[in-house]
Amino acid sequence: MAFINPKKKEVQVKIVYYGPGRGGKTTNLEYIYKKFRERIKTEMVTIKTHGDRTLFFDFLPFDIGKVNGYDIKIQLYTVPGQVKYNATRRLVLRGADGIVFVADAMAVRREKNILSLKNLQENLANYKKSIFKIPIVLQYNKIDLAEQGIPLLPINTLEEDLNDKLKTPSFKASALVGTNVVATMKKIISMTISSIIKELR
Amino acid sequence: MSYTLGQKQLDTIEGVLQQDLIDIGVRCVFLIDMAGNIIANRDNGKIKHDVYSLAALAAGNFGAVSAMAKIIGEGEFSLLFHKGKKENIHFNKIISDFLLITIFSNDISLGFLRLKVNEAVEKIKQVLETINVP
Ligand SMILES: Nc1nc2c(ncn2[C@@H]2O[C@H](COP(=O)(O)OP(=O)(O)O)[C@@H](O)[C@H]2O)c(=O)[nH]1
Ligand SMILES: [Mg+2]
Repeated sequence: MAFINPKKKEVQVKIVYYGPGRGGKTTNLEYIYKKFRERIKTEMVTIKTHGDRTLFFDFLPFDIGKVNGYDIKIQLYTVPGQVKYNATRRLVLRGADGIVFVADAMAVRREKNILSLKNLQENLANYKKSIFKIPIVLQYNKIDLAEQGIPLLPINTLEEDLNDKLKTPSFKASALVGTNVVATMKKIISMTISSIIKELR
Repeated sequence: MSYTLGQKQLDTIEGVLQQDLIDIGVRCVFLIDMAGNIIANRDNGKIKHDVYSLAALAAGNFGAVSAMAKIIGEGEFSLLFHKGKKENIHFNKIISDFLLITIFSNDISLGFLRLKVNEAVEKIKQVLETINVP
């Protein structure tokens, strides 16, 4: 639910990183924060538990400059992934314009990814939004773990499990190392902005 | 999905925030939607808060309290107040999609603030009722 301010010539866009707990959503935002430190003038906001797990959300504002004369203010959020936090997860999703679904590529997390995507679909439906209509990008995270001999899901399995119906862009990534973190973000930003522009026409 | 307000509507809202709240001594006031977007904000020029982070947290906070209200069988709490040693924050819901957040010091009494906030809310409501939030 982007807000367009004709007076300030500004558009605020909300992008939410969704996915199973421990998949790497917070790590994505931390990487972006580090990488663009000089462009992001404020602190990253995080509400977490003592155990360093996301309790409510992380928030990172990110200015990407002007499109058609309008300042685009991207607001990046993560949700708490743990199953028990669905009420707060749903709150963060309110008014989302675009979604990055961060899947955990570890073989042992296969079921968790599938359940989390299903949960996303349900929570979007709660706001009368369709997972097939909202801009969404998939990220298969932790591919760096292959080097340590940790069993990962083959990409075609991930695609079959998660992207069979969505048919949306997907990225192999390592949020820890930074592989494709920026590429994922750029893709969701461009898809979200085109969808807002298209809808305005 | 997106929505917008016209220049004139924004002027009206900003005028209300300025005259009804900043001019009586409120430090900072902002109108946000439940997604955490800032619709309009005003401050007394002496402080610069990180309004985008405040908006994100305020929307989350209000959302959490509303969810609590539902659980205990209360439709909702339409206003919230956080008291500090020097600074206080007051939240007031406007129709179903917006929140007016006022930051003020102890120089202003809560009673007077509430009165002025109510007046402002009524005026802003008239503007917001004319638009369609998706
Ligand atoms: N090896 C590896 N570990 C990662 C990667 N991304 C996240 N992690 C680790 O996985 C754990 C959970 O990450 P976090 O970002 O908190 O997950 P969230 O629950 O989705 O926010 C942390 O210990 C991270 O350091 C990655 O790409 N590779
Ligand atoms: Mg997290």
